Amino acid sequence: MLEKTGIVTRDRLDSKINELLSSPKRKGAILECYEEIPCNPCSTSCPTNAIIIKPDINAKPEIDYEKCTACGICVYNCPGLAILVLDMNYSESKVLFKISYELLPIPNNGDIVKGISRSGKEICDVEVVKVINGNKQDHTSLISVAVPKEHFKEFVTIKVGV
Amino acid sequence: MRILKHPVLNFNRGKEIEFVFNGQKMIGYEGETIAAALHASSIKILGYSPYKHRPRGFYCAIGNCAACNMIVNGEPNVRTCVTELKEGDVVETQVGKGEII
Amino acid sequence: MKTVELAIVGAGPAGLCAAISAASMGSNVVIIDRCKDIGGQLIKQTHMFFGSEKQYASRRGIDIPNILLDELKQYEEKIEIITDATVLAIYEDKVMTILQGENYFKIKPEAIIVATGASERVLAFPNNDLPGIYGAGAVQTLMNVYGVKPGDRVVMVGAGNIGLIVSYQMIQAGVEIVAVLDAAPTIGGYLVHASKLARLDVPILTGHSIKEATGTESLEKIIAWKLDEKWQGIEGTEIELEVDVACISVGLTPLSELLSQAGCEMKYVPELGGVVPLIDQNLETTVNNIFVAGDVSGIEEASSAMVEGYIAGLYAGKKLGYSLLDFDELVDDYKMQLNDLRSGHHGDRIRNGINKIMRGEEKC
Repeated sequence: MLEKTGIVTRDRLDSKINELLSSPKRKGAILECYEEIPCNPCSTSCPTNAIIIKPDINAKPEIDYEKCTACGICVYNCPGLAILVLDMNYSESKVLFKISYELLPIPNNGDIVKGISRSGKEICDVEVVKVINGNKQDHTSLISVAVPKEHFKEFVTIKVGV
Repeated sequence: MRILKHPVLNFNRGKEIEFVFNGQKMIGYEGETIAAALHASSIKILGYSPYKHRPRGFYCAIGNCAACNMIVNGEPNVRTCVTELKEGDVVETQVGKGEII
Repeated sequence: MKTVELAIVGAGPAGLCAAISAASMGSNVVIIDRCKDIGGQLIKQTHMFFGSEKQYASRRGIDIPNILLDELKQYEEKIEIITDATVLAIYEDKVMTILQGENYFKIKPEAIIVATGASERVLAFPNNDLPGIYGAGAVQTLMNVYGVKPGDRVVMVGAGNIGLIVSYQMIQAGVEIVAVLDAAPTIGGYLVHASKLARLDVPILTGHSIKEATGTESLEKIIAWKLDEKWQGIEGTEIELEVDVACISVGLTPLSELLSQAGCEMKYVPELGGVVPLIDQNLETTVNNIFVAGDVSGIEEASSAMVEGYIAGLYAGKKLGYSLLDFDELVDDYKMQLNDLRSGHHGDRIRNGINKIMRGEEKC
């Protein structure tokens, strides 16, 4: 399916998310990199060395959730825009995502926008909590989004306006 | 057809340039190619093929394929995808191979 | 006639890196490019690069020419860059003829690195010559260099990296992508690029190709159909797509004519995209002192082109009589980088291809 349509399937995603859910902090980066490609900025940009790519740059990244601080630096450094940060402890009813975003318009803090699934479908309304778009982000904004808990396995990005 | 806002790029367009396409006054910007200026004004047909007179538009836009050949200031077979637009250029649709001057 | 030590044809990623390493050894270098901008096709690559930090991973392609030019600045007195100039021919005695506008002149280099890159392939289908049917790279140039939209509704043909990346870049420019088609049963490019499109609701139709295009003066409709396991269209599976642009991204082919003309032994290697020169480990062709770097000797990513440029520059410098204390370590490091870039499953093709053109014992 993924190889034919580009849509990440539930089983692949589940294996990533379950790893995060079974970690003590229940927050950190989800590396949606399901293929061996020559690429390692997630690993080299990580300030806590939580992401390991071994033995060479073609290996899929592995994450150590004890070291990951959920900072989001890998999110905007990933050339494939394939990393999300998920914090399961945000509030009673919501989780917090940090996503990369390279489209216009860029939303503002507090905006209510559409949450979008991996197949491009609208799931629910989500709240933009914080937008960081400085020199370090180099036009790939880092956006924090509060998403209703029941949709945390579907949400991947946002749709602004329209 | 011009991109006004872009999430990554800032287009610092040069000064406006007036040119003539098939007798019609048109506007482009300094620094852009003739083909780009025409496309921005929704002109896609740049010529007609020699034998079957089929319409031709650009294909590669980097000067390799010759599909964008036009008559510029009287000179035929100018690759308009890599030729910079100049003030007062007279650009014409080229039909066929072009006359040798 | 001006004599020079090293002439580099092409100021793209390969040519610029070749200039840096040759100049770092002490060589004088003339770089000749037919465009007015330095950087080759980097100037339209708005996406972040893959690879490792050594190949500027995570930096956008558009920013890399300036990074490389800054590196070149430390050798300023050794470098001459001639733009808007086309190399017409290379003769037996290495005399190079060049046309710059109306000005025709010759130079005589001792060594040459050809880094001319590649051009886009076309796809055969009825009415494939209608205006509105453009190469994917052409659309990228139009949008990202000149800020002009290719059209309003686009179908992309080809789900390799270029097809997927340019589709995403069209969406960034405000263009609607109706579908991405690919004749192959699975996506050829990196899946992360495909997933970026999927989440923007762009259908990727593998096992599909164009049956025909229709339109009177320009493209109005693409009729696509499903392919069977023998890559033949299946009657009755047609889909009509009303589009004003079809982008063709079915691969690149090396711009290697100059090498053929110079007398280098050439070979048709499908895995490398077309007719390419036989080379040795030092990236030297069968003609003494003519080296190659980048897509001209096989289609790859820009990251590999840069590394090949560094290698070709070092070996050209060595042939010119220059040396570096850490020459061997540098070469080993670059070769290791190339190895890494080519070692994943996306590198299978290129590795097979290189084995067909590599002279000498050591193959990759």
